[in-house]
Amino acid sequence: MLLAIDTSAGTSVAVVDLERGIIAERGEPDTMRHAEIVGPFILDCLREAKVTSADLSGVVGGMGPGPFTGLRVGIASASVFALGAGKPLVPVISHDAIAYGHYRRGHTGPLVVVTDARRREIYWSAYSEADAVGLPVRVGPPGLAKPAELDAPNWQHAGWPRLDAATVSAGELGLVAELSYAHRRPLAANEPLYLRSPDVTLSAGPKRVSR
Amino acid sequence: MNRTEPLVLGIETSCDETGIGIVRGTSLLSNTIASSMDEHARYGGVVPEIAARAHLDELVPAIDAAVAEAGIRLSDLDAIAVTCGPGLSGALMVGVGAAKALAVALDKPIYAVNHLVGHVGADLLRGPTSTNDTEPLEYPTIALLVSGGHTSLLLVRDLVSDVELLGETIDDAAGEAFDKVARLLGLPYPGGPQIDRVAFDGNPKAIRFPRGLSQPKDMAAHRYDFSFSGLKTSVARFVEQRQDAGEPVPTADVAASFREAVVDILLTKALAACADHDVPRLLLGGGVIANARLRQVATERTDAAGVVLRIPPLSLCTDNGAMIAALGAQLIMAGHEPSTLEFGADSTLPVGQIQV
Ligand SMILES: [Zn+2]
Repeated sequence: MLLAIDTSAGTSVAVVDLERGIIAERGEPDTMRHAEIVGPFILDCLREAKVTSADLSGVVGGMGPGPFTGLRVGIASASVFALGAGKPLVPVISHDAIAYGHYRRGHTGPLVVVTDARRREIYWSAYSEADAVGLPVRVGPPGLAKPAELDAPNWQHAGWPRLDAATVSAGELGLVAELSYAHRRPLAANEPLYLRSPDVTLSAGPKRVSR
Repeated sequence: MNRTEPLVLGIETSCDETGIGIVRGTSLLSNTIASSMDEHARYGGVVPEIAARAHLDELVPAIDAAVAEAGIRLSDLDAIAVTCGPGLSGALMVGVGAAKALAVALDKPIYAVNHLVGHVGADLLRGPTSTNDTEPLEYPTIALLVSGGHTSLLLVRDLVSDVELLGETIDDAAGEAFDKVARLLGLPYPGGPQIDRVAFDGNPKAIRFPRGLSQPKDMAAHRYDFSFSGLKTSVARFVEQRQDAGEPVPTADVAASFREAVVDILLTKALAACADHDVPRLLLGGGVIANARLRQVATERTDAAGVVLRIPPLSLCTDNGAMIAALGAQLIMAGHEPSTLEFGADSTLPVGQIQV
């Protein structure tokens, strides 16, 4: 059984299990309240699933891509919950959860998952198919782009069906982790996918104050 | 929960220090700090996004290190305390999210506390890394908290129930003024130690720089407030005039005179607060307290005024998690109930709000 936390879009928390699927889940699409609701959501999910941290076999953290301020709240929560519970952190790429859910609901073949990166940019990940166990097969690392780039006829995945998602389900994130573990698939790296450098400009030096 | 000598882990991420502290009552067991200061050096000041990224990277290693140093297990803890404001919003959120997750994972109560009041709480700690084995902090006390993020004057009647903001900076924090003037003089970041070093050979009376908000007309509305932007501009103008005239900038004198102006205005206002409120006690806190000249003048002037001066050890003056744990422990010992899990990060949390 896994606790899963994702704040790459809104806030989503779930308790999942390979056999029982999504046992408890809480979601909030608001992208401004991650720090407030992540704690109550974790507590609610554990209570509804009637488990304590000792019953878990790991804690899944959605690594993004996602806007950084919100994204960090979930990764910090998942990492520190894992530390407190003495369980491993299982990093999963958030887009993989979106793709997994879409394939599970019947989609087949290629798929491009797109989420909002703010500042008139988008995050995208491309998948060729779902494999035999239902895990989406990502064809490369997630990317950051201007919306027009994906619409260009010469874009590398032009013409692939596109799914724009506003939320990520922690339940599906958790199931990706369960399936990956059960079928010995590699996990994501334990690093947040900001896909953007911190925007800082080096100052040219002090400005003159006198004329 | 043990309310006599609670074992508390404190998490502090309001600026560029990832601080994890562990205390048992007023005993300091660990004060673990990971600073991202070096990463900000090339930008000449704290870059919020860089600080927040560093917090996320440092959090788990810092908690591990603190627990190891304290010789405890996380499951031994009575409570978690966390800074929920004031500070950099994105940085605070990392600590808030982590603290809530830790509290739920361990099934322990959580105390969301005020960073500035935490600076005052630092003075209560005793232990191997705290040399402050004198008599306990007495109330009421005036507290002057000076760092790169804040410059505040507080009247503390009771640490856990009655803290009043008397005044604060209306523009730059004092630490920021040090950083900006250091840059004007071509000195690296952080500016405080650099100004201190260069000022060593300088004459603090060489140039009379202005003392912000100290004119009679300012005294009504801004008696205890600070302003450092006029001082910074004045230094810039002085430096430019010398450069324009093709004359060398007397760096040591500028640094010494600037530092003197900052120290003077900080202590003049702090001692005015002591006198006005008939409180013969002054506590200093914040990273700028590392400035040797500030501590020296504070000692001289409080001696002359008959005010008892308290300065926590420097490792507890800079932002740290131990002071947050100490404040959490005080709240527990005073019988306060834990915070509910719904609180958020509040970058402008008023100082009167000791616990959220
Ligand atoms: Zn501070």
